[in-house]
Amino acid sequence: MRFRARVAILIALAGVVLASCGDVGSSRTNEVRVGISLEPPHLDPTSGAAAATDEIVYANVFEGLTRIGAHGEVLPALAQSWDVSADGLVFTFNLRRNVTFHDGTAFDASDVKFSLDRARAPESTNAQKGAFEAIASVDVIDPATVRITLSRPVADFPRDMGWGDAVIVAPESAANNAVAPVGTGPFAFSRWLRGAQIELKRYPAYWGTPARIDKVTFLIIPDPAAAYAALLAGDVDTFPNFPAIELLPQIEGDPRFAIVAGTTEGETILAINNGRAPFNDLRVRQAIAHALNRKDIILAASEGYGTPIGSHFPPHDKAYIDLTGTYPYDPAEGRRLLADAGYPGGFKATLRLPPVAYARRGGEVIAQELRAIGIDVRIENIEWAQWLDQVYGKGDYDLTIVSHTEPRDIDIYAKDGYYFHYRNPAFNALMQDLQRAASDDERTRILQEAQRILANDAVNGFLFQLPKIGVWNAALKGQWADSPVQANDLTGVYWEGR
Amino acid sequence: MRYLATRALSVVLTLFVATLVIFIALNLAPGDPASFMMGTAGDPSALAQLRVELGLDQPVWLRYLNWIGGLLSGDFGVSYTYRVPVATLIAERLQVTLPLAVLAMALSVVIAIPAGMLAASRRGTAIDASVSGLAQVGLAIPNFWLAILLVFVFATTLRWFSAGGFPGWDAGLLPALKALLLPAVALALPQAAVLTRVTRGALIETLSEDYIRTARAKGLSEGQTIRRHARRNAMIPVLTILGLQFTFLIAGGIIIENVFYLPGLGRLVFQAIAQRDLIVVQGVVVVLVLAAVIVTLVVDAAYALADPRIRKAAA
Repeated sequence: MRFRARVAILIALAGVVLASCGDVGSSRTNEVRVGISLEPPHLDPTSGAAAATDEIVYANVFEGLTRIGAHGEVLPALAQSWDVSADGLVFTFNLRRNVTFHDGTAFDASDVKFSLDRARAPESTNAQKGAFEAIASVDVIDPATVRITLSRPVADFPRDMGWGDAVIVAPESAANNAVAPVGTGPFAFSRWLRGAQIELKRYPAYWGTPARIDKVTFLIIPDPAAAYAALLAGDVDTFPNFPAIELLPQIEGDPRFAIVAGTTEGETILAINNGRAPFNDLRVRQAIAHALNRKDIILAASEGYGTPIGSHFPPHDKAYIDLTGTYPYDPAEGRRLLADAGYPGGFKATLRLPPVAYARRGGEVIAQELRAIGIDVRIENIEWAQWLDQVYGKGDYDLTIVSHTEPRDIDIYAKDGYYFHYRNPAFNALMQDLQRAASDDERTRILQEAQRILANDAVNGFLFQLPKIGVWNAALKGQWADSPVQANDLTGVYWEGR
Repeated sequence: MRYLATRALSVVLTLFVATLVIFIALNLAPGDPASFMMGTAGDPSALAQLRVELGLDQPVWLRYLNWIGGLLSGDFGVSYTYRVPVATLIAERLQVTLPLAVLAMALSVVIAIPAGMLAASRRGTAIDASVSGLAQVGLAIPNFWLAILLVFVFATTLRWFSAGGFPGWDAGLLPALKALLLPAVALALPQAAVLTRVTRGALIETLSEDYIRTARAKGLSEGQTIRRHARRNAMIPVLTILGLQFTFLIAGGIIIENVFYLPGLGRLVFQAIAQRDLIVVQGVVVVLVLAAVIVTLVVDAAYALADPRIRKAAA
């Protein structure tokens, strides 16, 4: 290469560097840049169950009849109020007027009927299709009133209407929501640079309190170390779920950042295949429960963040009872129970771990603790697709670690063929009672009884409630600390002093 | 003409075998995109419906034939998970991967060729020793480690650059190039080290040829000898390495793309494999095989430019 050409290239590169040095760290427009680890496959919350989809569009782009608030409460959204008949079967929702979708079309009761009929249709790919099956009919009374008739009572139906799966979409745009979502929320979808970022902008014609920021950019950063670097470099304003928990000690004490540890709906469990010997023996499962030291597991899995649980129920729920003492940490008792069950020399088992930090890191400790009572545990690391197919889909496993993040999901233990292979008619009957429970007190009593049954049966190793650890710019206010639904609600976020 | 025909046939065969291998391998792996998208919350009837919607209820061989058929008419199919045409996805990613590869290549060449020639022409001197020493260090440093170091120095400490990300070309030429600069350096330096050693070795070998002795004998200075007679001949091994490196830059940038969270081809295929988005994986494989073939053709053509003897033999 000619010398002059080389010089020209070098000068050009130097020019790029110099010309662009100024703009990092300077004050920006009224924008928030949110770091996320997983790119959603698509942006339609009414199809599939990708949490990554709700984390972008829930409350920001799409709204339902109701919505879940920052502390898990049910709030009015597109319905400003509702009445329920005495038998709990007929709900009448009074809708807001002057609501428009982002494409300018008007919202009214026919959109509600369209959305709910679509969600429960045979060809629906809605992940909560089962929940919508209780709807017998959706009738438009007038443009601002809709009546939903249920075929059976559903506990807390208004809460179900607040899920991301139940958001209201328009017939004009529904088919295209996967790639260009059109909702009624305070932010409108702006563009998606696949693999890099998703942008929302404030919707000026929003019916309610307008958003306080002009633009939201979700930056997709899968690598935890890269996420940490992006935070320090000031490229990202907030990680609602900071992926590099092991690096938190290096951020603690830095006044530029706020670290906020909150709760989620994720019960993290050591799932046990109750249908397979020797795990079908209660004594073996009790032995496993005695072998687990939750404190050490939480330290390894999530740097000590996360509340221990003794059953499949979140500690922040008012029906929660602390059952962590049911089978306290006692390896000697564990060994005794194993011998009692006919395994004085222990046995071999496989622990299959999905690719999430809490499972991989917690799994090492759990394997050690189980070896201490004589269970020869072999760890097998697998990908999500493999986990979903073999462990979750086919129920082919001995032990696995996973966090069940759906809210109020204790009823999965009553599901036939669910991957725990747990069968208990008494528990199933209790879950049917729960659907018919008339009062809050009765519901609480049933939920507490259900927690006790699962704890006593040692169905799974109940470990801890998955924490939500957010790290963000200290000047950024109004984000959720907890995660009662999988969402990054940015409707109330603002910059202090801007 | 026959040469071209044979060549084209071998390209088509390579492509066919590559897609078949990847198709079989991914179908043997457990999991499918529908269950991935439904996760643990999914209702069984919704899962079945999603399979129908995505065409996953069809037998494997039929899906493969449909895909190959579409490919022949230039249709790469539609991504299972993203629900957009695969061709669009790949085109978007090539807008990052190709410029990054070219930039890294240019940097590597600008550094390595002069350095290698300098070392060869001053063989045995302190200059040669220091260039070779630096190249040795460059060879020992993995590119991802260099990338992390660059991020630490220029992004998190000095804050001259973003730690990563890509704003898109419509954000302007300068911001886009700036986003690619650190990754390009991280890719270029280890490659420049290899290239420096190859250049030096090739030039030293050429300088021991008879015709070089003749050139020196007719009174040319060392510099004139290298410029007029040795340099072009020494380029043949250098071009071979460049071809290999460029293919690596297009296909193997995944680690650097992860460190700098760039939306390149490597990350697309990585994500597609994790989500069992088979149709995207196949599309990318086809593009990569094509790219490798094109690079080989370009290198062959460059040989002919560098060495007239090859040109004559081909004619």
